Amino acid sequence: MAVLTPEWTAFLYLVAAVCFILALKGLGSPRTARRGNLIGALGAVIAMVVVFLSTELDNLALILGVIAVGTIIAVPASRMVKMTQMPQLVALFNGVGGGAAALVALLELEHSVSFGAYLAVAFTVLVGSIAFSGSVITFLKLQELMPTRPIVFIGHAAVIVVLAVVGLAAAAIIVLPEAWLAGVGLGGLKWSAAVAGLGVGSVLGVLLVLPVGGADVPIVISLLNAGTGLAVAASGLVLNNTLLLVAGTLVGASGSILTREMAKAMGRSVTGILFGAFRGASSAG
Amino acid sequence: MEAITLLTFFVLAVFIGFEVVSKVSSTLHTPLMSGANAIHGIILVGAVIVAGSADDPLTLVIALIAVLMATINLVGGFVVTDRMLEMFRGRGSAPAAREGSDA
Repeated sequence: MAVLTPEWTAFLYLVAAVCFILALKGLGSPRTARRGNLIGALGAVIAMVVVFLSTELDNLALILGVIAVGTIIAVPASRMVKMTQMPQLVALFNGVGGGAAALVALLELEHSVSFGAYLAVAFTVLVGSIAFSGSVITFLKLQELMPTRPIVFIGHAAVIVVLAVVGLAAAAIIVLPEAWLAGVGLGGLKWSAAVAGLGVGSVLGVLLVLPVGGADVPIVISLLNAGTGLAVAASGLVLNNTLLLVAGTLVGASGSILTREMAKAMGRSVTGILFGAFRGASSAG
Repeated sequence: MEAITLLTFFVLAVFIGFEVVSKVSSTLHTPLMSGANAIHGIILVGAVIVAGSADDPLTLVIALIAVLMATINLVGGFVVTDRMLEMFRGRGSAPAAREGSDA
């Protein structure tokens, strides 16, 4: 139903964005933290009501059904998880968020026309899928379903470099004008490039997190969290949706600062945590 | 929307994001990360829009997977943060509060 005018939609998205800012602000102090989280949830409810009331949506029953299923999965999981296992649950939630952003960008590829939109699609597909698979590995490490010690195999760093180059090549195909690509015999490959980006990003996420030791994993979760935020912001650019842009950017920026602060509190550096194992230096495990 | 308007939103949001989390005590790092994690679950808005405009079965299936993943991120994120903060409050004052939160 499109019962809300574009003006009301934009206004209510602004209200939701303010709720998110107040949520992050509130979470910074013990006295206001719980209320802050509830304000954030209120913002999310407002945003969800607005999207259903402002957009002509097909498949409405299916969408509402899937949201109900997601809620039925998420609430008991969050309610029943042991206190000590909360960080890995947050990692999983972060992972599915990154995956969702990557899929949204993939599907919006065919509706994209501008250079900026293509760039945002390429960024979201790569970063979203890295956040997805990286978070799954952090979950497996914290849950001790795999060894928590840093894992580095022979040629590990070289494989990462090669995959990064392949990922950038896929991004280039997504971003470059179709006419130019057709001229060099690469026409009609944008969709395949985006799917390849999804695959490369997923493998990269695994390879980047494997060398991280168990004690450093929470910091990496925070880093991937910031990455998902930026991916969501970029998907806001793709969809021309200011709320996604603002909310994602807020999380990306605050998550980056938070990652640095967490590393500092543990007396470590973010680059040391990510790449320390390659230099033979120890990663606290 | 014009590119420059979007860039303006982006830059201003970066500064707000930096500003709101500076000077946070280290005990609140994990709940803050968890709360921020819940907020980016708002990608659900995007997933719903994409699913609502899907016109072939493959697109619809991929979009609904995105809707499912985003819902878990958004709903689970806020619920688990709330539980974390229950625990946080209990640790400082009354042990009873911590036990109560398990119910």
